[in-house]
Amino acid sequence: MPERKRLVRSFIVESLLFGDGDRLEDDTRFLEEGIVDSTGVLELVLFLEETFGIRVEDTEVIPENLDSLNRIERFLEDKTARVGSAAVSS
Amino acid sequence: MASDTSLTADALKIDAERATNEICQALRSLLRTQLKRRGLVVAISGGIDSSVTAALAVRAVGAERVFGLLMPERHSAPETLPLSRCLAESLSIEYAVEDITAALEGVRFYERYDSAVRLAVPEYGEGWRSKLVLAPATGGAGYALYSLVAQSPSGRSVTAQLRLRAYLEIVATTNFKQRTRKMIEYYHADRLHFAVAGTPNRLEYDQGFFVKGGDGLADVKPIAHLYKTQVYQLAEHLGVPERIRRQPPSTDTYSLGQGQDEFYFGVAHRELDLCLYGLNRGASAEAVARATGLTPDQVRHVFRDVRRKRVATRPLHLHSLLVSAVPEIE
Repeated sequence: MPERKRLVRSFIVESLLFGDGDRLEDDTRFLEEGIVDSTGVLELVLFLEETFGIRVEDTEVIPENLDSLNRIERFLEDKTARVGSAAVSS
Repeated sequence: MASDTSLTADALKIDAERATNEICQALRSLLRTQLKRRGLVVAISGGIDSSVTAALAVRAVGAERVFGLLMPERHSAPETLPLSRCLAESLSIEYAVEDITAALEGVRFYERYDSAVRLAVPEYGEGWRSKLVLAPATGGAGYALYSLVAQSPSGRSVTAQLRLRAYLEIVATTNFKQRTRKMIEYYHADRLHFAVAGTPNRLEYDQGFFVKGGDGLADVKPIAHLYKTQVYQLAEHLGVPERIRRQPPSTDTYSLGQGQDEFYFGVAHRELDLCLYGLNRGASAEAVARATGLTPDQVRHVFRDVRRKRVATRPLHLHSLLVSAVPEIE
């Protein structure tokens, strides 16, 4: 498992599931499974910002970006690629 | 499953006299057999729910056994106290005005609240007003995220979507108000040997629109089974003053006037009543859409949000949890 995804998985299991992560798959939908509610997503956003040094914009706090480990991984890939491009062009 | 064709805007009409009699009978029975108290304390806000609760209490046990509490504070809307007095006097009940501003200052509520708001709006300060608003449930975004709306003394408005710390701090500090009021309700209930009547309607009770240990705490909740539309019907039947019946629902919690739909539901209460009623009876989104004027997709989003809020707010309904049973008490 890529390191980034492993860190996110570990956060979800330890902070939101109290260690009970047996049923957490890469494509498990957090909202449907009740793993994350609207407060939990704010905790997740804070974790992502502090851990990966990014700013999650208000418009990016949507299930398409945050509702599964796979979606978060894609979001982080896109985010870091965009930040990298912006740094190069500036 | 309910027939889709039976779901109309009139689905929530009730026989007000019959509903009143049933509630009153239940109140008398609960007071006598389970609560063993002699009357009811009702916190009166000037809103429709507390007005109907107080009117039902008087109908059930008589005015002499109902004590009203009016508890304004610095952020209360100016019309709150006059409306509350109007209701109490219309019912001829004894009541007290207990301004909770000093109690809130004692726990540094105003200072804590302003600091919490500045986490989201750094320029917030003297003379500013604010409120929380929720993105509409019909919008389909998926998360119920709150924004803070702040208004400067010059009228300039700033909106900031709340991040974790600001959201939790603002809610935690605001909860002081409901919990302080409840403390005073129980003081009067204890000295009078009365029970405390809570005032949530069905939407509020179902969706966890209350503060645990605050307005969520009560000995009996006479209108928790009634949709807000039905509460209005009882209000008319019980003779609640028209100026109260005409007020739009508000939370009267924040310094900037806030409708209840802005704070918690994002949907007007008439529409949300029908959505909830339809969901509870297994009606299709299409049927609810026809009855409400929303689109089927909007109704599906409301259904989804209602279900999620039920799950998210379930802990608010729980009594203290034991790690091991005490069967003699349960």
